[in-house]
Amino acid sequence: MKLLSRKATCNSHGQDSSYFLGWQEYEKNPYDEVKNPKGIIQMGLAENQLSFDLLESWLAKNPDAAGFKKDGQSIFRELALFQDYHGLPAFKQALVDFMSEIRGNKVTFDPSNLVLTAGATSANETLVFCLAEPGEAFLLPTPYYPGFDRDLKWRTGVEIVPIHCTSSNGFQITETTLEEAYQLAQKRNLKVKGVLVTNPSNPLGTTMSRTELNLLVNFISAKNIHLISDEIYSGTVFSSPGFISIMEILKERSFEDTEVWNRVHIVYSLSKDLGLPGFRVGAIYSNDDMVVAAATKMSSFGLVSSQTQYLLSAMLSDKKFTKNYISENQKRLKQRHKKLVSGLEKAGISCLKSNAGLFCWVDMRHLLSSNTFEAEIELWKKIVYDVKLNISPGSSCHCTEPGWFRVCFANMSEETLKLSMQRLKAFVDSTTKTSQTNHQSIENSRRKSLPKWVFRLSFDDRETVHGER
Amino acid sequence: MAIEIEQPSSVELSKVAVSETHGENSPYFAGWKAYDEDPYHESNNPSGVIQMGLAENQVSFDLLEEYSEQHSEAFTWGKGAPGFRENALFQDYHGLQSFREAMASFMEQIRGGRAKFDPDRVVLTAGATAANELLTFILADPGDALLVPTPYYPGFDRDLRWRTGVKIVPIHCDSSNNFQITPQALEAAYKEAEAMNKKVRGVLITNPSNPLGATIQRSVLEEILDFVTHKNIHLVSDEIYSGSAFSSSEFISIEEILESRKYKNSERVHIVYSLSKDLGLPGFRVGTIYSYNDKVVTTARRMSSFTLISSQTQHLLASMLSNKKFTENYIKTNRERLRKRYEMIIQGLKNAGIECLKGNAGLFCWMNLSPLLEEQTREGELALWDSMLHEVKLNISPGSSCHCSEPGWFRVCFANMSEQTLEIALKRIHDFMQQRERQRKPISSQ
Repeated sequence: MKLLSRKATCNSHGQDSSYFLGWQEYEKNPYDEVKNPKGIIQMGLAENQLSFDLLESWLAKNPDAAGFKKDGQSIFRELALFQDYHGLPAFKQALVDFMSEIRGNKVTFDPSNLVLTAGATSANETLVFCLAEPGEAFLLPTPYYPGFDRDLKWRTGVEIVPIHCTSSNGFQITETTLEEAYQLAQKRNLKVKGVLVTNPSNPLGTTMSRTELNLLVNFISAKNIHLISDEIYSGTVFSSPGFISIMEILKERSFEDTEVWNRVHIVYSLSKDLGLPGFRVGAIYSNDDMVVAAATKMSSFGLVSSQTQYLLSAMLSDKKFTKNYISENQKRLKQRHKKLVSGLEKAGISCLKSNAGLFCWVDMRHLLSSNTFEAEIELWKKIVYDVKLNISPGSSCHCTEPGWFRVCFANMSEETLKLSMQRLKAFVDSTTKTSQTNHQSIENSRRKSLPKWVFRLSFDDRETVHGER
Repeated sequence: MAIEIEQPSSVELSKVAVSETHGENSPYFAGWKAYDEDPYHESNNPSGVIQMGLAENQVSFDLLEEYSEQHSEAFTWGKGAPGFRENALFQDYHGLQSFREAMASFMEQIRGGRAKFDPDRVVLTAGATAANELLTFILADPGDALLVPTPYYPGFDRDLRWRTGVKIVPIHCDSSNNFQITPQALEAAYKEAEAMNKKVRGVLITNPSNPLGATIQRSVLEEILDFVTHKNIHLVSDEIYSGSAFSSSEFISIEEILESRKYKNSERVHIVYSLSKDLGLPGFRVGTIYSYNDKVVTTARRMSSFTLISSQTQHLLASMLSNKKFTENYIKTNRERLRKRYEMIIQGLKNAGIECLKGNAGLFCWMNLSPLLEEQTREGELALWDSMLHEVKLNISPGSSCHCSEPGWFRVCFANMSEQTLEIALKRIHDFMQQRERQRKPISSQ
């Protein structure tokens, strides 16, 4: 038999069957307001569906952008032929302006330091290819986006070593946890090349504090390593303390023209802020010319369609549109977030105080039969099968504490969200009322019917199908 | 905090980042530079460098433009953009079903209906560049080897080797038999890899060939298939120029060979395709992997997460390519126009006393300038190339950048310019050759 590569045959590391079950169940029985009101509500998908009407109305007013016209003239030929990996200049300019606007114009970006890639998935992988050798490691605070296991490790051969964050301080990064992670890597004989953080965080939905950001800068400075700041959710910050970009911190501390300046790289994308995951628009921003040069060449393997670059350059150059979009989108996310939080409260469930993202980090520890990951999966299954809500268990995000779940709020209508909260409340009420014994025996037999590896903490590549983040 | 003086970064980048394997320092790219600095323009810069090193297909844009005039809904999701939301959210790595079906059917049409493609075996990638790299990641481990017939597309050095760590071992072809692949050459390449302690994982062919501009004959395809079967390795057939064969019947796809063998042992075969050449849409980044191996299809799909095609583009092309009237007319007309261009350049070169390899496909011809070389070496070839670039002001691709073992051959593109520009290029070549002739015979006998 013609063997495949080790990379091809090892990809089963991505299979987490418990996770797969959730998706499978949803697909078998998807909720529909009219056709299937008793179906499973999808709350595991970090999509932003709240502001499409704003995009649609812009498109209706500006048909030329999608129609390959510029000032009334067809530019089809030009666009069709444009495959320069430096990207459409107008698009890069519009994108850096947009990124700047999101940061309250406290920082500006140079388009020649921006590299376009087919989505942040590609951007993250490309950066790791540029910064680390196979067998080297990046430190990541837990809990983190499950997709990183594939994006940062699969083809690059690079390892992830966790920075264990806990609820004791709102899952913030501390000097101790950073150092512990570094030591852990040393013990495993892994050379640490950098730290990768997601800010605002997925799955926490929180922005990083000034303290944390400064800690990070000190840390990478002392250890002489890189920092990748994945700021893909930067446009979803809807309340205080507001978003502080790593670039702001570097500027504040006058780090321009230092080595550290060259070791900080930002990843961005339009998949979350603009709700356009299908268009595959990602970017790497780096102050290091060599990284920009290498990443630019590498982007050949994942360029953004020129058709899409043109459409979005027109849209994002419309400053009236972007100003309105950014503020309106944030307003709507804030409202939605409030609805989810109050709905959870009514069910006696609290969540981590958050100010960003398309999801909440929900505390269901009090609903666990025991403080274990087995109990977490048990609870998760109940929520999927009985409550009919597909939410993401913390173990899939490598959380060290069982009982936390990520629940999305921006990928459905308000009514659907309301219904999901009603279901949850009903479930919690019934659980506290009836005796545990009944449930326990059912769950025991269910647990026995599943193989041990179901409880392993790993990422399910099924997520990829839906581009889950 | 004191401001430190800038130091060169002491944190190393990866070997991949700093290596030269991206290949961009080869003459192939240096010619681009010369063109960029002094590009020909009919009115603004009539004495500039004419770009003949770019394998783009610009001869059939009017057909695409006409289509876009008549089918604006494919571009704008209809009035009020009802399909926009769904399209914008769609990032499933299976790709738009309608688009996969349209691709499969388009590939069938190009092969004159002699081949059948299953849409469920179509994996979408952002261009053939990504497809080739992806397949390499899947079929080989770092340090392994792929056998590739020379001369080959210079980009393969980057696409197949750079991030994958896989080596290319050449299958040497020469003009003695029109650069066709022989069983002896295949065997020799295999042995060469073995001698270097490299495990051979597969053979990668481009059919029609870049840079030869010729299709591979049926008997040769059969031999190659026998060879990979015997060695128990893979075969990747890059058929990116399949729609550019001047006559449909002259292009034989590996799929046809497999079909004739009732798909026995076909799980080792994978086809790469793209719309960059046949449809002239390199900017849209549309590539595919078609594999007869289920595990490869599944793995490639997952890996395609790193290189998905914009759903906006999939939507547009699904509409365009499922319009059979449009595609039939396009394929036929495009072939015809390419054939005419080819004949024009061949005749023009002939008039200048230059011979080319007999070609029947592609966007370029394989020109023999070995009689002009001062010395039959790579240096001699590069010296001539330099003259062509700086004196004749034509950017053509030297055979050495394609790893050709015989010096003096050049790839010359003919489809990326207007007919007028091609005339001018031919005139320049003609004048150059005449001047050379005069220089060789100091006492004029003309």
